[in-house]
Amino acid sequence: MKEFAYFPGCSLEKLAISYHTSTLETSKKLGVKLQELEDWNCCGSTTYFHIDELLAYTLTARNLAIAEKTGLDVVAPCSACFKNMFFTAAHMKEDPDLAEHINFALEEDGLNFSGNTKVRHLLEMFAQDVGPDEIRSKVTRPLEGVKVAPYYGCQILRPRKDHEEVENPRYFEDLLSAIGATPIEYALKMRCCGGSLIISSRIAALSMVRNLLQCAVDQGADMIATACPMCQVNLECYQQSVNQEFGTQFAVPILYFTQLMGLALGIPKKKLGIGKELVSASPVLAAL
Amino acid sequence: MSETYTFTFMKEVSSLLHAADGNPFPMCVQCGTCSGSCPVAAYMDYTPRQIIAMVNAGLKDQVMESNTFWYCASCYQCTVRCPQDISITELMYALQRYSIWKNRYKEGMIGPAFSEAFAKTIVRTGRTFEPILAPSYIFSFKMREFFQEIQNATELMLKGRLPILPPRIKRLDNFKRMIRRILPMGGAE
Ligand code: SF4
Ligand code: SF4
Repeated sequence: MKEFAYFPGCSLEKLAISYHTSTLETSKKLGVKLQELEDWNCCGSTTYFHIDELLAYTLTARNLAIAEKTGLDVVAPCSACFKNMFFTAAHMKEDPDLAEHINFALEEDGLNFSGNTKVRHLLEMFAQDVGPDEIRSKVTRPLEGVKVAPYYGCQILRPRKDHEEVENPRYFEDLLSAIGATPIEYALKMRCCGGSLIISSRIAALSMVRNLLQCAVDQGADMIATACPMCQVNLECYQQSVNQEFGTQFAVPILYFTQLMGLALGIPKKKLGIGKELVSASPVLAAL
Repeated sequence: MSETYTFTFMKEVSSLLHAADGNPFPMCVQCGTCSGSCPVAAYMDYTPRQIIAMVNAGLKDQVMESNTFWYCASCYQCTVRCPQDISITELMYALQRYSIWKNRYKEGMIGPAFSEAFAKTIVRTGRTFEPILAPSYIFSFKMREFFQEIQNATELMLKGRLPILPPRIKRLDNFKRMIRRILPMGGAE
């Protein structure tokens, strides 16, 4: 059985609660054990790096150190948390002075990070570590006829971790095919949703959301699948604002990929948090 | 005189980056790939290509007075495509830090207030909490936009997606002492 340490991150406590519950349900069904980090802290998202880089690394290092104690690889469902964890671990490994400074601070909480924990995004964990074949073999209710736009967003892919392909990844598509859905091709699948730009420039952020929705709809998407709470909130919660601002009529359901996986695995909607979305997915899912 | 100044601003900004060694700002060839890849460039006072040229030329005042680095969405599209292996994203972060550090930013920018409020919440409680962050920037919106926010918040609340009590980590005292080892002069309260 596969087992991972699990760092949910702040958004998953409430705002993205459906992501959390659907992750737990889906993992259970696939025989993947997730062990939530004990007493984890906020990693600072993208915002802490505006203030102090060293402190930002330290916040993330605390979670890494807690994960390391379990001896398991750690998985994060939020792309910003994932990026922070991945690169904090990498920088601490390549820079002993940085590691020493941070570990000196971690001592205050009886912790130490030696740099050995591997960091995975939840999407990578399902799409690559578990893999489409394994998932396909457990599907009981394939999402036949549902056209889903896979939305990668930014920080799962960027910055590059090694020399991997970042201009046209396919693993999200493969995962959607494995659950019987039809992944659509659209040009903006890796284009930024605006992140926290809504705070500093509302109009720029809204127009980015608009472009994304338009591109997916033009290619025939019934819904968009996301792998990050920030992307989900931007694409969903600002749809109404986009409609008001640009006179558009978008009503595109934005679900977490784990919710779709859960459906295909036969888990009841309620346990997956389906029904908590602001743009209802019922019309699309009713056809199943 | 101007040469020293040039050197200083670029160095000052670089020194705010752990990754400065691997981030060779002076190697920029002004190809414009970063600006062409940037989804926000159209809204920026200066594009990413222009900003790096200005940093390298030491045009500190113009850089600080621009919205560019506050409008960066940290999407790293520029970074993965730069032929010179420069991370413009990290440059933008460094400029934000520089701006907060020097308390100099373009009038009307909401970014700094939000960043600070967000950071303070984490340092106080170890976790973020959306509702208490909202007031720090929400009033800078215009009225109609403000109502849209309220509408969003209310709907989220009805769906059980906004937290009622701020989450806290358990070993908060250790956590605060840990932070003091990084920022000894405070900021932890
Ligand atoms: S892509 Fe790189 S080399 Fe080209 S202008 Fe931008 S920073 Fe300079
Ligand atoms: S990281 Fe910032 S500057 Fe670079 S492409 Fe994205 S928004 Fe533009």
